[in-house]
Amino acid sequence: MTALVSIKQVYKSYVRGKQRVEVLHGLDLDVEKGEFLALMGPSGSGKSTLLNLIGGLDRPDKGEITVAGQRIDQLSSGQLAKWRARHVGFIFQFYNLLPVLTAERNVEVPLLLTKLSSRERKRNVQAALDLVGLADRAKHKPSELSGGQQQRVAIARALVADPTLLVCDEPTGDLDRETSDSVLQLLELLNRQQGKTIVMVTHDPRAAGHASRRLHVDKGSLGEAPVGAAA
Amino acid sequence: MSALSQMGAVTGMNLRSIPRRLGSSSVIVIGIAGVVGVIVAVFGMTRSLSQALVDTGRPDRAIVLRSGAQNETSSTLLVDAFATIKNAPGVARTSAGDAAGSAEMLASVNLIRREDGAQAAVGVRGVEPTSATIRPEVKLIDGRMFRPGLREMIVGRGAQHEFKNLEIGDHVGLRDSVWTIVGIFESGGDANESRLFADAQTLMSAYKRTAANSVTVLLESEASFDEFKTALTTNPTLSVSVERERDYYQRQSEDANTFFDLVTTFVGIIMALGALFGALNTMYSAVSARTVEIATLRAIGFGASGVVSSVLVEALLLSFTGAVVGAAIAWLLFNGNTIGIGNNVGTLVFQMRITPALLGSSVLLACIVGLLGGLLPALRAARMPVATALRATA
Repeated sequence: MTALVSIKQVYKSYVRGKQRVEVLHGLDLDVEKGEFLALMGPSGSGKSTLLNLIGGLDRPDKGEITVAGQRIDQLSSGQLAKWRARHVGFIFQFYNLLPVLTAERNVEVPLLLTKLSSRERKRNVQAALDLVGLADRAKHKPSELSGGQQQRVAIARALVADPTLLVCDEPTGDLDRETSDSVLQLLELLNRQQGKTIVMVTHDPRAAGHASRRLHVDKGSLGEAPVGAAA
Repeated sequence: MSALSQMGAVTGMNLRSIPRRLGSSSVIVIGIAGVVGVIVAVFGMTRSLSQALVDTGRPDRAIVLRSGAQNETSSTLLVDAFATIKNAPGVARTSAGDAAGSAEMLASVNLIRREDGAQAAVGVRGVEPTSATIRPEVKLIDGRMFRPGLREMIVGRGAQHEFKNLEIGDHVGLRDSVWTIVGIFESGGDANESRLFADAQTLMSAYKRTAANSVTVLLESEASFDEFKTALTTNPTLSVSVERERDYYQRQSEDANTFFDLVTTFVGIIMALGALFGALNTMYSAVSARTVEIATLRAIGFGASGVVSSVLVEALLLSFTGAVVGAAIAWLLFNGNTIGIGNNVGTLVFQMRITPALLGSSVLLACIVGLLGGLLPALRAARMPVATALRATA
């Protein structure tokens, strides 16, 4: 396998009040194409910061981040936005659906950034909703859907533009156990059957158990985490 | 997707979320409606007052005052000067061959206002019979013209509308004498329509005066003014100032409006500033309420321009709505109303006209206020670090 994501000697710090807090110190990481990677670790360990850097939501202070052969640490925020639109699908803990739009309109949002025609967008939205098993809820607004259904709509939205990488931030953090399982099974299915590369941050060892590789982030450093390891 | 389409998409999504934020959105609408309503009403009044005065003057008429006098009430012209002025070159002739000049006296009488029963001064203009030729816009609409030598008056429609006891046959007490109303006239809503007209000689006699306040002449043409003015101002026996009548009333309207304009501008600026802060507050709230949505859209790949435009368009739309509401209310409440305002020669009665130009400029001002109010929140929304904004929602 080839590394889809390559992170070399990345440093990241934040200013909190008058203090500069070092979050990542010279971190190295490769994520192979088709891999399902779970990042675990306690709060403040730097796992979300790492995820934001991989997803192009933030830029490192120092170091190199290459995704699909492109250095993204050197892109401007405008270039990063365009890059994200083409390469990254995001799945958030609280789904982050737009409340005024129906499920199908929410799924269509990333396609508004493409040159697809209205008919093509509709077809792709239908396919994505079919894939997550929510074709019959296309006309429903988020407030009319359960948490699990909302997260499935969010997954459809993340998939619909066929991104290079799926970035999931605690995707089951707001769901009960049964619903979490079905969402994780869906992610696993996408990884195995469609070859989607997934990077997921989670506190939940059971969720991490669905990943093909688990890494433990602590104080800005990475280590292997065994299956079922506590966060 | 082009930047323009992106802006349209994000703006469309934003506008659809306004119903969820009706409370905060209504702040900007109500604030702007109030500002526009007040500005339209006050400026409408001052512009209408000004127009009524300006419309009184014509460029082919000239008014002669004593040299140094700023207006008719502070001017006195002795009888000896009348013939020289009226027969100066450039003055038109009546059909009877007389010089079209009228030596006129201004007085005032206290009458009771219909609206509140309070006493207020009404101007009385004493005119010569040639006045009918000089002021063709003065038209009798009821009754007859006063007769020279008799204590009779005709009353302007504006004055009759504003004051009691000015019907034909009613009597007006003036300096120990009783005058009878014999006719009603209109003159296109100008300042004269707020007055009573009487025979100049009879009026001067009642006031025991031997001097008039002014002489108004009809010129042969607008171009005759210079010839007329030169003849009078170079005549060593006269000490007079000569103005085109339109310029004279223009100057009077500027004097009358200086105070109103100051007050209106001050109040307008204060209210516009209030509305600006209201708009700022509303749009900051809107951006704050949409932090999750904005961050999500940015994460998905929408650019900052779409976010900025969505906030600006919302601010513009809300302020435009407020402006239209405020302008409509002001128009419904005030357009066509008759207003009486006291000035140096009595009460000036005029009709309030809210013009499309005033409505348009008020709406434009409101939109500028709305855009300025939306600008800082829009920039804040665009500069919001996506990762931080997303974390804040979790």
